[in-house]
Amino acid sequence: MKTRFTTDTKLESEIAYFENINLKLESGDIIDSFKLAFKTYGKLNADKTNAILVCHALTGDQYVAGNNPITGREGWWSRMVGPNKPIDTNKFFVICSNVLGGCAGSTGPKELQNGSDVAYGGNFPSVTIKDMVKAQSLLIESLNIEKLFSVIGGSMGAMQALQWAIDFPDKILNIIHIAGALKHSAQNIAFHEVGRQAIMSDPIWKNGKYFENNEVPERGLSVARMIAHITYLSENAMHRKFGRKLQSRDIISFGFDADFQVESYLRYQGKSFVERFDANSYLYLTRAMDYFDHDETFRKNIEFSHNPNNHLKYLIVSFTSDWLFPTIESKMIVNQLNSLSREVSFLEIDTDKGHDSFLLEEPQLDDVIKGFLTNNFAKIDE
Amino acid sequence: MNKINSIRKDWSLIETLIAEDRKILDIGCGDGGLMEQLENNRNAITHGIELNRDLAANAIARGFNVVHGNAELDLSQYSNNSFDYVILSQTLQAMMKPKDILSELLRIGSKAIVSFPNFGHWKIRLQLLISGKMPVTESLPYTWYDTPNIHFFTIKDFLNLCNEMNIVIEKSIGLTSKGKQFDISESVTGVNFFTHEAIFLLSYKNFEPIKIKSSKKVFAKNSVIAN
Repeated sequence: MKTRFTTDTKLESEIAYFENINLKLESGDIIDSFKLAFKTYGKLNADKTNAILVCHALTGDQYVAGNNPITGREGWWSRMVGPNKPIDTNKFFVICSNVLGGCAGSTGPKELQNGSDVAYGGNFPSVTIKDMVKAQSLLIESLNIEKLFSVIGGSMGAMQALQWAIDFPDKILNIIHIAGALKHSAQNIAFHEVGRQAIMSDPIWKNGKYFENNEVPERGLSVARMIAHITYLSENAMHRKFGRKLQSRDIISFGFDADFQVESYLRYQGKSFVERFDANSYLYLTRAMDYFDHDETFRKNIEFSHNPNNHLKYLIVSFTSDWLFPTIESKMIVNQLNSLSREVSFLEIDTDKGHDSFLLEEPQLDDVIKGFLTNNFAKIDE
Repeated sequence: MNKINSIRKDWSLIETLIAEDRKILDIGCGDGGLMEQLENNRNAITHGIELNRDLAANAIARGFNVVHGNAELDLSQYSNNSFDYVILSQTLQAMMKPKDILSELLRIGSKAIVSFPNFGHWKIRLQLLISGKMPVTESLPYTWYDTPNIHFFTIKDFLNLCNEMNIVIEKSIGLTSKGKQFDISESVTGVNFFTHEAIFLLSYKNFEPIKIKSSKKVFAKNSVIAN
């Protein structure tokens, strides 16, 4: 396999091109060539033992730390990744790539179809978490890294981390799985479906061909984001942040303006999301999460995986107020691993910040991630 | 002996009961102190369960395999005989169902190590006799209304329960309140009176694997043959 690397100066990102590789997807479709946009932080050591793959969530991207040129803001996990941060780039070589199907430079519905000047749009093949991980594994291989020290992710990133443990157990030493599950629950699929319906019922969507007129189904996409954003918070956090406080007014308007701060906040979230995310990508990636299901198969996969290294370590973290991926879902993973006597650690962190806790200030999350990485790295470094 | 010293003493005695290179589950592992000791001195592979969130977080951050959870609810997830030793240090008296826990320990582990404060110690008997109030001692330092220790028992009670459950006591160590150590099984008279804390190494009697063959898979079930 020969991979071509370039740097996209506008995206401030590395791009890996996998040409004529005929990547077979879980759906049976084949992508003959694809590219992945990725960022790296820190330095790979001489023995190549310090590489960590960070997997982003649904609307994340490769800009885990530093500047994000698309938003003009700091990377989505810059509080966690960087010099002397819990995932310490003085010590570790951190890789983060935009997932297959994403919209920050990797091959996805927004990109041109191979050998044509038309974007994929709705013609993009359905991708799954397994496909994303397969593409990532080709990237890691092309970077000449035999074994990742760790794969870390929250939410959809946790799904990818778990998929790594299932598909490539001999290529990793541990995973940190935050706010995830063995499967996407019926309730979660339901919320995604409402989001997708919002996009698809926007007249500008046009079966995914909105780009032909240089238009964006803004209304649909922003409504999808507003719905999703509610599921990332918790009732307590919303109450603490907004209560029933009014927005820029002293009395209610008896109309449908954004009277309440919480409405104004959601509208802002929807509006700013439209500027940075592709509606078709949102459809494809939410679908990939919906299709994720290891409920019946996980135990067998782990038990009978051809993994000479049964010492694969798992750190599973959940949050008390996360109702999208509640603790019980994490505990199912822990139970399965414990019943197979695998090396698993589990912590439920007490917080009212909901599913989004993994992106926010949670000192206990910082402590366990830092300690888990440092101490386990010291053990292989001996 | 103060509480910390007594736990350290407890751990060093537990260590003497454990062979090299074994797989161990420490129930109520705290921040992993005993696990660390057994990894360093016995080359053990250790796992732990801890109910307290902050202690569990500390243990995980120190690199140990620790599950934040409740032993009374979470032990069922472990497979039969998946550990060489299961340790329950100074916690049996705080369990809702000590008898169920005891049988779980010996289902998960080939051997169990249980340590507990003896409620039959003379100081406790004397306190209750003289003051007529629930005793408060170094090893049981709580008042009756806020104690986590909900099932008090003596060495005699424990021996009876083991007998009833067909549990073999392989070794037993007693400690006096001054920290003097002795073999419980050898010193028959007055043991229940002078033992401040007791540590037991337990296994099942007549341990005989029964194999059930089916067309697909061979299941092994360990079962107890009662005498």
